[in-house]
Amino acid sequence: MKYLPFILRNLKRKKTRTILTIGSIAVALFLFGLLVTIETALNAGVDVAGVDRLVVRNRISLIQPLPLSYQQRLLQIPHVTRVTHASWFGGVYQDERNFFPQFAIDTNTYHDVFSEFLIPDDQWQAFVADREGAVAGRSLAEKYGWHIGDRIPIRGTIFQGTWEFNIRAIYDGTSGEADESQFWFHYDYLDERRAWGEGLVGWYTVQVDDPDHAVEVAAAIDDRFANSAWETTTETEKAFAAGFAKQIGNIRLIVLSIGAVVLFTLLLVTGSAMATAVRERVPELGVLKTLGFRDGTVLGLVLAESVLIALVGGGIGVGLAKLFTLRGDPTGGMLPIFYLGPDEMALGLGLALAVGLLAGAIPAITAMRLRIVDALRRV
Amino acid sequence: MVRVDGSDSSKALIRVRNLNKKYRRGAETIDVLQGLDLDVDPGEFVAFMGPSGSGKTTLLNLLGGLDLPTSGSVTVAGDEITNMSAPKLAAWRARHVGFIFQMYNLIPVLTAAQNVELPLLLTGLSKSRRRQQVETALTLVGLADRTKHYPRQLSGGQEQRVAIARAIVTDPTFLLADEPTGDLDRGSADEILDLISSLARDYGKTILMVTHDPRAAERADVELHLEKGVLVEAGSSPVAS
Repeated sequence: MKYLPFILRNLKRKKTRTILTIGSIAVALFLFGLLVTIETALNAGVDVAGVDRLVVRNRISLIQPLPLSYQQRLLQIPHVTRVTHASWFGGVYQDERNFFPQFAIDTNTYHDVFSEFLIPDDQWQAFVADREGAVAGRSLAEKYGWHIGDRIPIRGTIFQGTWEFNIRAIYDGTSGEADESQFWFHYDYLDERRAWGEGLVGWYTVQVDDPDHAVEVAAAIDDRFANSAWETTTETEKAFAAGFAKQIGNIRLIVLSIGAVVLFTLLLVTGSAMATAVRERVPELGVLKTLGFRDGTVLGLVLAESVLIALVGGGIGVGLAKLFTLRGDPTGGMLPIFYLGPDEMALGLGLALAVGLLAGAIPAITAMRLRIVDALRRV
Repeated sequence: MVRVDGSDSSKALIRVRNLNKKYRRGAETIDVLQGLDLDVDPGEFVAFMGPSGSGKTTLLNLLGGLDLPTSGSVTVAGDEITNMSAPKLAAWRARHVGFIFQMYNLIPVLTAAQNVELPLLLTGLSKSRRRQQVETALTLVGLADRTKHYPRQLSGGQEQRVAIARAIVTDPTFLLADEPTGDLDRGSADEILDLISSLARDYGKTILMVTHDPRAAERADVELHLEKGVLVEAGSSPVAS
């Protein structure tokens, strides 16, 4: 700690260079933070998917429906404990920009299957009792300023007309990664009002008694409906969510590729700045060694400077990314779980630390190996 | 007493024996110091003179443990520094040697007090004790009112005073001064020489100074000339022992 004032003074020596270096690291780590957030958002469904849940969908594609009658038949399959269904509504609130996922759900079973969403009992009962009732996620309700009792008009894009709902409940997620942007309403309400598709649902979610039976149950379901007019594809909820995410490509690879390029560029920028700083200070380093500073201490001083720059820049970048994500989904519904978690923030700072160490390594070793007489000759 | 003939004396603080330093410049080998012997007793103020390239600074570097000889030995207060490892030598320098350079070599981003404090950072002293010693050293060189000034805010003479304060702040065993007045005007040079002389006379410091300036050399107890890699005693001042 006694060397800290000395290190800080050195950083102030070329303020413009220090600020620009810190700035470049901050921008890079801000970008990293956003990339990680997007990656997390796109894979959020995968991360929070229940291990004991299977998704049963139409074998042709997700947008093809399944008959409502499958619910009872699914319940007859061994190891299946619960079955619920949901249907995509695809409406907009006020105008097209206000997009969020709306599901017509089976009110008798949905909450039991998705117990990770927290809803006060009285609110849930009020929702069940009101055929035009709806449940909104916390972040969705906050975004549009909805409160319990508000009447919300949604304009259908698949099912025409304006549909009005009464907000009867607001749910919370049990973790930061939970999707709080969904809007649920009664399947019965949809089914009685829509002009086509009666008796059809979007997909089923099946709960099994033991995750070890998941593969066996999935095979049994698909066998059960093979060669029917509505053949099924059944997979774990995790696989379903991962498949959904993969529709827009290998996100992790994209994020890693961009991140690697950014960090490599950062290494060059920071390394160059540190090398220049050391080169300019060769006589002073010689003086320090003359006074009795050991080679290891000189190495530590240069490394500490590099690490400090990187951590300050990294801290600013990650902090700004966190602030940005606190404003919520910037895409208007494409990334409902726009959340930069503590693990990702720590990873960002860890990367900044690594950049500081790597960028400072060569200049620090150069400083350490400097011969005093050679260094003093450059005065 | 200062001796250059290699005769042993149990009193000697600094003992140099058969010191050789060779440099290679391409295929050519340059013998800078050739079998140099020197004994300096505690409290002596010795001036080294000689033409440019005669090896004065090289000798000073070897005495201060900044460089290693090709052969021979340098022993200070019983410690043979020519055999020390680099970390041990660094610790030895911090404890035993105070350096004064021609170009002052202050750290420009540090204040006068912070520059003087630098060698103390290598000791186990507390912050308040360090501050106390810095104040004492700066007072001794007459710059108690310049503690918060940066080198760029000081004159050349004042910068050199700060450098002297830095050299003495740890109360080292001996001081090495390499052309301490070489970059100063006459007035400032005299002030610095007064200060260095006072350190030798009043505080009993052992000082080894390289200089081109005969007037500076006159201040020393003993004046030695470096010629063709060996030392020659030029004469002693009246105060020489």
